Amino acid sequence: MSFVPGQPVTAVVERVEIQKLRQGENLILGFSIGGGIDQDPGQNPFSEDKSDKGIYVTRISPKGPADLAGLKIGDKIMQVNGWDMTMVTHDQARKKLTKKKEDVVRLLVTRKSLEDAVKHSKCSYAKH
Amino acid sequence: MDNESTYSGYSYKSSHSRSSRRQGERFLFFILCLVTNVLHSRSISDTDLFLQDDNWGETTTVVTGTSVDSISNEDLTQLSKDSGDSSALECRRYISPALGVILGFVSLITPLAFLALPQLLWRDSLDPCGTPCEGLYISLAFKLLILLISTWALFLRPPRAALPRFFVFRCLLLALVFLFVASYWLFYGVRVLEPRETDYRGIVGYAASLVDALLFIQYLALVLLEVRHLQPAFSLKVVRSTDGVSRFYNVGHLSIQRAAAWVLDQYYSDFPVYNPALLNLPKSILTKKMSAFKVYNLGEDNSTNNSTGQSRAMIAAAARRRDNSHNEYYYEEAEVERKVRKRKARLVVAVEEAFTHIKRHQQEDAVTSSPKHPREVMDPREAAQAIFAPMARAMQKYLRATRQQTYHSMESIINHLQFCITHNMTPKAFLERYLVPGPTLQYLDSNRGRQWTLVSEEPVTASLRQGHVFSLRRLDLSLIVTVTPLPFLHIAEEFIDPKSHKFVMKLQSETSV
Repeated sequence: MSFVPGQPVTAVVERVEIQKLRQGENLILGFSIGGGIDQDPGQNPFSEDKSDKGIYVTRISPKGPADLAGLKIGDKIMQVNGWDMTMVTHDQARKKLTKKKEDVVRLLVTRKSLEDAVKHSKCSYAKH
Repeated sequence: MDNESTYSGYSYKSSHSRSSRRQGERFLFFILCLVTNVLHSRSISDTDLFLQDDNWGETTTVVTGTSVDSISNEDLTQLSKDSGDSSALECRRYISPALGVILGFVSLITPLAFLALPQLLWRDSLDPCGTPCEGLYISLAFKLLILLISTWALFLRPPRAALPRFFVFRCLLLALVFLFVASYWLFYGVRVLEPRETDYRGIVGYAASLVDALLFIQYLALVLLEVRHLQPAFSLKVVRSTDGVSRFYNVGHLSIQRAAAWVLDQYYSDFPVYNPALLNLPKSILTKKMSAFKVYNLGEDNSTNNSTGQSRAMIAAAARRRDNSHNEYYYEEAEVERKVRKRKARLVVAVEEAFTHIKRHQQEDAVTSSPKHPREVMDPREAAQAIFAPMARAMQKYLRATRQQTYHSMESIINHLQFCITHNMTPKAFLERYLVPGPTLQYLDSNRGRQWTLVSEEPVTASLRQGHVFSLRRLDLSLIVTVTPLPFLHIAEEFIDPKSHKFVMKLQSETSV
């Protein structure tokens, strides 16, 4: 998941669709995000590369919409409803996720285990 | 102010190398006595030298008296003590100004004499000398003028300290000038006067070269006496033995006696006045410590070998006994401080109130004040006396509390009050003299000289070195001076590009969505 400036980013992603839950006035998704290009990447506990300034999932409220949709803690969010999340500030990411007019958010997330799974299946495929 | 110092026997006896140098010193003393007794008075004019700078002083190893004009009681007792050297004392007192005047006059007159003698004696046979000579005359005149002015500016100062030993650089320079002028006269006598030299231009050139050389000697004197010790090289720590007040000073390369004189100058203006009435521990605590244990010998016949055991037992017992005197000291000190603060508050209020009773009389008021109640116009002295009465008692009590009553008499307080009123000072300005113990200079009466004894293990004309310790003693207190060299500084350079000042945010915020 390391990022080389100028080169396209390739990653194995999972599509996650979360329905927003209405709680009083607000529509909540049930997770917390951290990271952004205006934040300090060295303090991110979930990233492999400590210079990665992407948006990461830092906390999932149990039994919330994100938990039910299959989002895992430590996931890096690559896209939200088509909007890129790899080069945004923290506030911009928050805004894209909390648009009042949208009921559902479709995320593209990536995590280490996805890569490993693909690699593993490739190897086993190569064997055969 | 005349300072004087007495010869201290310590520095003379305590080092063995002295005895071997005694012979040489006696001889040197004899020669130099003639030339170096220069001064000790205020009026000598030497065109070149060191006549007098700040520490112009005594030059011999014997006890010295005060300056020519004044002699106080202490000096009389000193004189009677050293009756053996009294004749030398007298000699020095009267010959030194005379010698100095003579030497100065001679060096001043010499170039003019060089020019005048051929003209007077064999005018007819001299070669005529045109414009080059006139140029030389003018330059000669101006150089002599410059010599005179700079000697007056730099060296003609009344001595402020009488040092125990002669000042090496000064003697050196005096001897140099004497030899120099003497050798010029010698050559002049042999080469010009005897054969009746006719080349007048050469003679004028000779005189001009003498004046040039005198100017250079004066430059040497300036550097050795005034400039060399300006760059700081040592740090002196001065501690007063009675109450521990200490200061640090930076000095350059000086001899011990000059450093001592310099330290004393600073002492008078930096150190707060020594008040013997302020003791460390109040009497109540000191007397309590006197009680001791009594040890009884039970059933021992020979008490001799038990005496040490006895004293040791006593000391051990005294150490183990629970000592509460620190407690009493603490409370006593708090009590004294509270009392002083209360009295100070009363004093400040009384003074403020007293100052409101008078105000400056303006000229226009004289017209407007009614004729029925004419205001009494007073001069400062009367005004001071008028407002002194209400604050006298508060002032007296405050001075008693801080044990300053010996330093301020009623007369001096009224004088100070008059001074403050004349200069439109506020009550606070009037009080600053009494609230803070000022420097010693403030309490001196300028009639008496100050007598200090310089005690040192090294010869006092040696220059300062690391680890020297000398002390300046007076009857009631002494100043201990320790010498440490200033550290050598390694200063390295680092260039910072002004564009290199950049900053990033160090945040990690978490938002729940």
